[in-house]
Amino acid sequence: MAILEMKNITKEFPGVKALNNVTFKVERGEIHSLCGENGAGKSTLMKVLSGVYPHGTYEGDILIEGKEQQFAEIKDSELAGVTIIYQELALVQEMSIAENIFLNNEPKKAGIINWEEMYKEANQWLTKIGLHIESNLKISSLGVGQQQLVEIAKALAKNAEIIIMDEPTAALAEGEVEILIEILEQLREDGITVIYISHKLKEVMRISDKVTVLRDGESIATKDIKEITENDIISLMVGRELNDLFPYVNNIIEEKVMEVKDFSFILQQAKKEVTSGINFELKKGEVLGIGGLMGAGRTELAMSLFGGYEGTMKGSISIDGKDYSIKGPKEAIKAGLAYVSEDRKKFGLVLGMDVTKNTTMASLNQVSSLSFLNHEKEIIETENYNSKMRVKTPSLETKVLTLSGGNQQKVVLSKWLMSGPKILILDEPTRGIDVGAKQEIYKLINELTAQGVAIIMISSELPELLGMSDRILVMAENRITGELTREEANQESILKLATGGEINEK
Amino acid sequence: MKNKLSFKMDVRAYTLIFALIAIFVIFALMTNGDFVSSRNLANLSRQMTVIGLLAVGMTLIIVAGHIDLSVGSLLGLTGGIAAILQVWYGWSTFPVIVVTILAGILLGMWQGWWVAYKGVPAFIVTLGGMMIFRGILLGISGGQTIAPMNDSFRVIGQAYLPYVIGYALVAAFIIFTFISAFKKRQKRKKLDLALNSVYVDYGIAAASSLAILFLVYMLSRYQGVPVPLLILLVVAAVFIFISKNTTFGRHIYAIGGNSEAAKLSGINSKRNVMSVFILMGGLAAIGGIVLTSRLNAGTVGAGQMYELDAIAAVVIGGTSLMGGVGTIVGSILGALIMASIDNGMSMMNVAPFWQYIVKGLILILAVYLDISSKKK
Ligand SMILES: Nc1ncnc2c1ncn2[C@@H]1O[C@H](COP(=O)(O)OP(=O)(O)OP(=O)(O)O)[C@@H](O)[C@H]1O
Ligand SMILES: [Mg+2]
Repeated sequence: MAILEMKNITKEFPGVKALNNVTFKVERGEIHSLCGENGAGKSTLMKVLSGVYPHGTYEGDILIEGKEQQFAEIKDSELAGVTIIYQELALVQEMSIAENIFLNNEPKKAGIINWEEMYKEANQWLTKIGLHIESNLKISSLGVGQQQLVEIAKALAKNAEIIIMDEPTAALAEGEVEILIEILEQLREDGITVIYISHKLKEVMRISDKVTVLRDGESIATKDIKEITENDIISLMVGRELNDLFPYVNNIIEEKVMEVKDFSFILQQAKKEVTSGINFELKKGEVLGIGGLMGAGRTELAMSLFGGYEGTMKGSISIDGKDYSIKGPKEAIKAGLAYVSEDRKKFGLVLGMDVTKNTTMASLNQVSSLSFLNHEKEIIETENYNSKMRVKTPSLETKVLTLSGGNQQKVVLSKWLMSGPKILILDEPTRGIDVGAKQEIYKLINELTAQGVAIIMISSELPELLGMSDRILVMAENRITGELTREEANQESILKLATGGEINEK
Repeated sequence: MKNKLSFKMDVRAYTLIFALIAIFVIFALMTNGDFVSSRNLANLSRQMTVIGLLAVGMTLIIVAGHIDLSVGSLLGLTGGIAAILQVWYGWSTFPVIVVTILAGILLGMWQGWWVAYKGVPAFIVTLGGMMIFRGILLGISGGQTIAPMNDSFRVIGQAYLPYVIGYALVAAFIIFTFISAFKKRQKRKKLDLALNSVYVDYGIAAASSLAILFLVYMLSRYQGVPVPLLILLVVAAVFIFISKNTTFGRHIYAIGGNSEAAKLSGINSKRNVMSVFILMGGLAAIGGIVLTSRLNAGTVGAGQMYELDAIAAVVIGGTSLMGGVGTIVGSILGALIMASIDNGMSMMNVAPFWQYIVKGLILILAVYLDISSKKK
């Protein structure tokens, strides 16, 4: 009997039918991937399953081992053995690993928390998932990858039989992904069922036993991984063939737009150097890739160039021949910079505001005169960028909170395109974005470079970095450890420079 | 589908209005109609003015993600300054008003500077301000009541508009409401945005016109529209405009909604936050002037606990203490609800301690209703 069966699930939000008669069946002990474009309804389906949307707010049946379930809240689904790990990690940063693993599940003796027991058990779970650290460490001292693993330990400690992972590897570096995959395989051997949501189809092909594809809220197909190829999944997802994922063109104009010399930045509060001795040049129409491992200081470089930190700079920067000194984002925007951050929810969007207000946020001067807003112009401009970016939204007055991840990212991109930058810094621009939308973003990059905009693209996805960059800088430990031309660059040469920095230091 | 959506978003405003109507009906029944007599409506509208003025500024402060606990003391202090300048130093009314408002602005700026540029939490800065301003007031007044004010000064808080002007303003309001409803529909049609049905849009315009007309009629049966009510309405209108139609207003909402994202979009959050505190200072001073004028005296205890009433009014009006969400109209309605409860219960001769208890319960209930309506 199937461990999980979801039958004829329909879920409506005001203005959107997120799920339409979806059927989803999972066998015990398999790794079952759920694929689909942004907004296809993957997260919504999993929220229905885990009780985030309680029984009665959707139509259809959920059967676990043949028994019908009616979850009123998340706790109910956990009792039935379903645990969900959200894309945004849900750990309390200021608590220890053990406290997080047993949050609301603490081992108790006569109502009092048994700390020894808790740390002991937590350590056992950590060993199980291959994390060899002490469970009394604070979460905030761990990297994102390790935190992801702690989430898994937390799920296991709840005796989960079905673990749902919503884009677990979106924020992980290559090495960490490997570890995660090993753990998933281990889980499969232990008979635990995993539902795996990811836009990284290579991983999906590698680890899953079965794949279910959703499109526009409908279940399109469930296939055995052996009888399907990556391209089949893509065409099931988008409903058409997709060719040439990386539509690279060389648009370089031999004219320097930016020059950075001996640039270092010292944080005011921490008195810490977040970037040191950076040198590079950027030409109009060029795509400059920046590679490196997590924590190599790529985001810090971008943030400090853009004025996102308070502190002091050393060295010199010129944009279009003019000296540029870092004062703050406002001045950076004026100088022609734009920065699409890697964390759109934290740094990119005001989630409670609607699509229009988010789109115009960095360019209010274009839609106002004497600081009086012209709402009509605001809407016309937003509409313009929305159709260019093909943002899927019920209306322009919809809060971005309710958009799917990929569409949120497109809103952030619209915002920065509207500001009319000369240099666009993209930090992990396709994180959590489906293949179709990815390709659209790559095409957009080409359109921009054709207009002479220079692009700095930070990416942890090597295929993307290799596929789209004219030139690649590799960083490690807050420095640039090497520069590769498009011809020289490949997986090995980048990884060598990315780790080489560390070896040299030691 | 689309109509349903836009109707849903307004449920909150309707709840407030229904609550208000319910409160009016209950008090009217309990007081044999005295509560809705012309005389009492005039009283009520004067009573809500001061809290209303504070609530307007407090809305912006809370939307920006901060809080101001000092407004009661600030109002007391600025009101005291006005009284001292006029009674002890013999200044005429106009310079007194100008200097008092400037004083409010300066004190607001001082607090805003600590919050925005020095990073001290607003709760702490304004808790400090609450004690400091009250202390200064005690010090400069020597604990005395300072009276009486000039006739020209008393106009601000005590006088009434002539009937003609009252009705002329109503006419202007009605014309403006219908024209803007019409224009809004035209624009939305042109931009292809979701439209309410004709009945809803013009229904709202008609209902608010009727309500204003009725209010002015009732007030005119007594002595006319009180000047302080007019001041509140003008101030509210200006701030509603600022919050919706200026980049400054938009910045405040963005900062409160997500200060990091706002900052990275090039919004200068420090300057904007300081500006909000400056505006709050100015509004508290206007409130101080109105109160001193109404009482015809500056007193040491003026404005005590007003900060709590103002915050309660704002929260009842639907503004989220998390920042980023809230409207001035809601806060004005909230202030009216609070004032009605005070006024109605004192008319019923209910002991003051009950007033506190009831207001406290209503505050909790209002926020609970808000939260549970959002969950759906
Ligand atoms: N709370 C909500 N209110 C209104 N609409 C919603 C809400 N949550 C999701 N939606 C809508 O439901 C649809 C499905 O969204 P969902 O988040 O499930 O997509 P997804 O497949 O997980 O996409 P992604 O890959 O981008 O994460 C989208 O059109 C989205 O806008
Ligand atoms: Mg999702």
